[in-house]
Amino acid sequence: MELAEAFMLTVITAATPLLLAAMGELIAERSGVLNLGVEGMMVTGAVAAFAGAQLTGSAYAGMIVGALAGALLAGLFAVLVLYFVTNQVATGLALTLFGLGLSGLIGASYVGEPGIKLAPLFGAPPEETSAPIAAVWRLILGHDLLVYMSLLSIPAVIWFLNRTRGGLVLRAVGDSHGSAHALGYPVLRVRLLAVLFGGLMAGLGGAYLSLVYTPQWTDGMTAGRGWIALALVVFASWLPKRVALGAYLFGGVTLLQFHLQAIGVSVPAQFLNALPYIVTIVVLVAISGNRRLIAVNTPACLGKPFVPDR
Amino acid sequence: MRVEFVRRDQPAAWLRLASPLLAVGLALVLAGLFFQVLGVDAGRALYVFFIEPLQADWSREDILIKATPLILIGAGLTVCFLSSTWNIGAEGQFVAGALAGAIMPLAFPDVEGFWVLPLMLVLGTIGGALCAMIPAQLKVRFGASEILVSLMMVYIMQLFLDWIVRGPWRDPQSFGFPKSRDFHTSAELSVLPGFFDLHWGFPIAIFVAVGVWFFLSRTIGGFDVRVSGAAPRAARFSGVSRARITVFVFAASGGLAGLAGIVDVAGNAQKLQPVISPGYGFTAIIVAFLGRLNPVGAIFAGLLLALTYIGGEGAQLDLGLPVQATQVVQGLLLFCVLALDTFILYRLRWVPKAVATPDTIEEGS
Amino acid sequence: MQYVTDASNDDDDYLSEIAQRKPLLLAMGLTKRFGSLAANEGVRLEIGRGEIHALLGENGAGKSTLVKMLYGALQPDEGLIAWCGRPVVIPNPSAARELGIGMVFQHFSLFEALTVAENIALALPPGSSLKEISERAERTSAQYGLSLKADSQIADLSVGERQRVEIVRCLMQNPQLIIMDEPTSVLTTSETDALFETLLRLRDEGKSLLYISHKLAEVRQICSAATVLRGGRNVGECDPRTESPASLARMMVGDDVQSVRAEPVALGDADTALELRDLHLPRDNPFGTDLVGVSMDIRRGEVAAIAGIAGNGQGELFDAISGERPTDSRSVMLFGKPAGNLSVTARRRVGAAFVPEERLGHGSVPTATLSDNIVLSRGRSEPELGGAGFLRWGTAKRWKDRIVEAFDVRKGGPDPVAGSLSGGNLQKFLVGREFDRSPDLLVINQPTWGVDAGAAAHIRRSIIELARNGAAILIISQDIDEIFEVADRVAVLAEGHLSPFTAAGETDREAIGLLLSRSVAASSEAEIEQALAATPQDQSHHAGGTDHAR
Repeated sequence: MELAEAFMLTVITAATPLLLAAMGELIAERSGVLNLGVEGMMVTGAVAAFAGAQLTGSAYAGMIVGALAGALLAGLFAVLVLYFVTNQVATGLALTLFGLGLSGLIGASYVGEPGIKLAPLFGAPPEETSAPIAAVWRLILGHDLLVYMSLLSIPAVIWFLNRTRGGLVLRAVGDSHGSAHALGYPVLRVRLLAVLFGGLMAGLGGAYLSLVYTPQWTDGMTAGRGWIALALVVFASWLPKRVALGAYLFGGVTLLQFHLQAIGVSVPAQFLNALPYIVTIVVLVAISGNRRLIAVNTPACLGKPFVPDR
Repeated sequence: MRVEFVRRDQPAAWLRLASPLLAVGLALVLAGLFFQVLGVDAGRALYVFFIEPLQADWSREDILIKATPLILIGAGLTVCFLSSTWNIGAEGQFVAGALAGAIMPLAFPDVEGFWVLPLMLVLGTIGGALCAMIPAQLKVRFGASEILVSLMMVYIMQLFLDWIVRGPWRDPQSFGFPKSRDFHTSAELSVLPGFFDLHWGFPIAIFVAVGVWFFLSRTIGGFDVRVSGAAPRAARFSGVSRARITVFVFAASGGLAGLAGIVDVAGNAQKLQPVISPGYGFTAIIVAFLGRLNPVGAIFAGLLLALTYIGGEGAQLDLGLPVQATQVVQGLLLFCVLALDTFILYRLRWVPKAVATPDTIEEGS
Repeated sequence: MQYVTDASNDDDDYLSEIAQRKPLLLAMGLTKRFGSLAANEGVRLEIGRGEIHALLGENGAGKSTLVKMLYGALQPDEGLIAWCGRPVVIPNPSAARELGIGMVFQHFSLFEALTVAENIALALPPGSSLKEISERAERTSAQYGLSLKADSQIADLSVGERQRVEIVRCLMQNPQLIIMDEPTSVLTTSETDALFETLLRLRDEGKSLLYISHKLAEVRQICSAATVLRGGRNVGECDPRTESPASLARMMVGDDVQSVRAEPVALGDADTALELRDLHLPRDNPFGTDLVGVSMDIRRGEVAAIAGIAGNGQGELFDAISGERPTDSRSVMLFGKPAGNLSVTARRRVGAAFVPEERLGHGSVPTATLSDNIVLSRGRSEPELGGAGFLRWGTAKRWKDRIVEAFDVRKGGPDPVAGSLSGGNLQKFLVGREFDRSPDLLVINQPTWGVDAGAAAHIRRSIIELARNGAAILIISQDIDEIFEVADRVAVLAEGHLSPFTAAGETDREAIGLLLSRSVAASSEAEIEQALAATPQDQSHHAGGTDHAR
């Protein structure tokens, strides 16, 4: 029972930052913008959340600061890509390099300091509850706000995309920016908002790392999670429910990584640490092999610049 | 009143040359502002970053040493990016090249001879190219994103290097310190006559960059690379296979990154350590863009970015700025290059509000 | 009510005269410049109520720029638009829709990945649920005889069905003025007839239509007024019912174009240059067409033409002949040798040359210079330019100058990028690039599409001359007039099937039209003219449409 509980908690903790960041990137990509700067926004979100929590003494304030930092970087990317029509791939890479540097710079004075952990939203189970019920309580009610937000983002994004006019316009802009423009929709503004949302979510994903996952700051602590989030969006063929599935599958991989040695399998630690990256490659190959699926769901304007002919 | 971009009839030729210079200028201004915000005097910080390293012999040599891998990788990435293929895993290919080249001194320490070093360079190049073949082949065969796969390979190669210098290739006499044994003398890239530290890697890098320039501008193969990036359908009409170009540019950029890896290791540390690169493979992306995707431009861009590495070290010592300040300056530089390139194809126009409002018309009637 | 204009045209009599007609829409002095090019210059347009008004002009005459300004997708640099007598600024398409201006686009306005109902919802003001919209859409479509299912995805619909979506979408906004851009170019004959019925019904309900077309017969059939544009300027306003197709064509094209006519040639036992044997080629994208058992045999000294509406396998046929898509080796024979598995370069080396339909991005690299673009199609096959893998830029520049001179290519600067040339000049350059190598076989897809009349005549003369010098030439064209000007033999490609060739002298437009009409996706001027012959209000000028071709 305890082992099962530990397993599930490992999966949830590993999946949450990926889910947050990938859900944000999904919205950005659905609008037609490929933002390769997720890693940079995430790591900046992580350090900003940590610093915010330190300065205010509140993990919640830190969380908000992290989200805003992610959005700020996304705004920089959006201005360049949308209004200066720069290459999306190159600009995304620049954002990641810049974000990694910036986070290190901000975080330099925080290295080694103990962080403030985001507390579980509903507190610990009441003392008189029996052990099995307490375990269930911890599994269902024992998480922090970010875990619930990440889970809530699944139905919210599905609802937004399929049931609201905003979602319809977003999909239209990603499918054909020329037609959307011809009908009078503000293509660039829609994309700006979508990219900002992506930054906000990546910032939250980063905040989760520095406020919950390991409540401290280490340089480059995202360790490629931003890139894995990008791969998840491809894996999910741009469908929110599959992003959730993918994030939790990756949580499972982390489980393997943490517990394989505990079970007594002797594999060098480096190989276990490489597991998420190897799995990402395998998954990308498997999903890309199914070209029909990819072709049907890829936003047709993904990565293409739009210049209104005024 | 609103500002908008208007496409130029012809790309502005003068800006092609001027935009990297303007970008550097703009990046300096932004970096200065940034340092000021961090509480460091902007003038002093820029001086330490960009002027001081040019004043001592040792630091000038150090710039050339650091520029060597940047130029090699940057020239290779130029080929890749020109074809609109995105190899962003040069950092991993750098490691792969160092590992492959180090096979000679580490796996066969008793084999010595004048031919060992050239063989190492060849092995390093092959190692880098092979590492790049993984994303290239997965792209060509399965359509898997080369961006993500090549990036994942960086983490995998870094972990592999970490394992090998702590495991099979660990120096038995290192007292538990994670490093390989030192290379023997015939596996060392020797110092150029008249210099203290600068090794033959630098002239090799210049030679390679000029060779890549010749290839791109004077051969059919180079033409194919450029065309396939600019207009894929026209490239097919020209008789160019996209798949072959993808494989070729990955092999070329990976091979040069691998060469950079073994040149750097055999020229400087002369042993393997868990970390052998301060992010050369990523910085070289900036080198390629700052050099305007021209290999000769990459020489100058490589020198400038090497300067930021040395300047960053100086800033760490003199001003107490964290080492990541270098990365921030580099990131700003790339942003500025990309933003200013826009002006080559577009110009700004100030639009004086709407064309004809009902009010103005009624006045005229 | 007062009508107004800019100060330069302040003629009270003139204005009150217009005011008496109470037009629904009046545009005056509309000017729009893109860089140095004036796409519209002082354009005037007046549309009455309950009128089907034609907007005529060749490709590039400025029709779509004008329409975009009326629909708010572009802002005029100068001039004014008055709607129901009031000057208006139309900042964006939503504003146009609110005024009561609806638009049925020719291309690129539906969202492939979305459903019919979602596509319609995007064009309506927010507020209604998708369910209500679906119901209203199905009601409206039934009312006008345009059957539609609201929940189907656009990607799964045929071209005709897509247009129905466009029309229903437009009608549901309840517009006073409906702008239709080339609505019949993609329709079958019966679909066209049904469309015309719908349009007449709309007119009878008091709605106005702006009908953009270059099909003169159609215009004369349903329009009661016309505005003609050429080179971005007004060149005439008329009642098309009282004009002959020839007089309309003259207004569109300018001076009577000097006609080129190929004299029939005796080929005797000339060598076969290109032979296709039962070529089958599946489409490589969802919007393509499969080629089914195409056979042909083109000999030196002749110009053979393949007629048909684009999208019936023309692109696939071109790719198979050029080698951009490999086929079974014996399906394509060049000069008597199997070539189906040869590369483009190998085919060029044995003397074949190709000019694709799409000028920018296929025939040329828009961002590369003209001399670069010579290397594009000739660098690998001609040793003087690219022998041993090395490029000789001096040769490229010399050849560029030679082609520019021979084909009178107008350009800015000595060696500008291809994308900066106008469509006609770029086409002359790309055709010239291939003529310059004196090929033994030349395949051109849409030789003069979107090219001005003078340049088109030059290209056509060159084609005939090259054939008389012993080359085999295959042109693939939508333009029946062009085919009758240059071709010795004609066949029709419809839905991936190729008809047998007939000698151009033994057939006429009617016969070709009949062949085209066998295909589902075909409509031709000849056919409409046939239809016209049966229409009582027609002034029996219909045969005139072909004067400049004969």
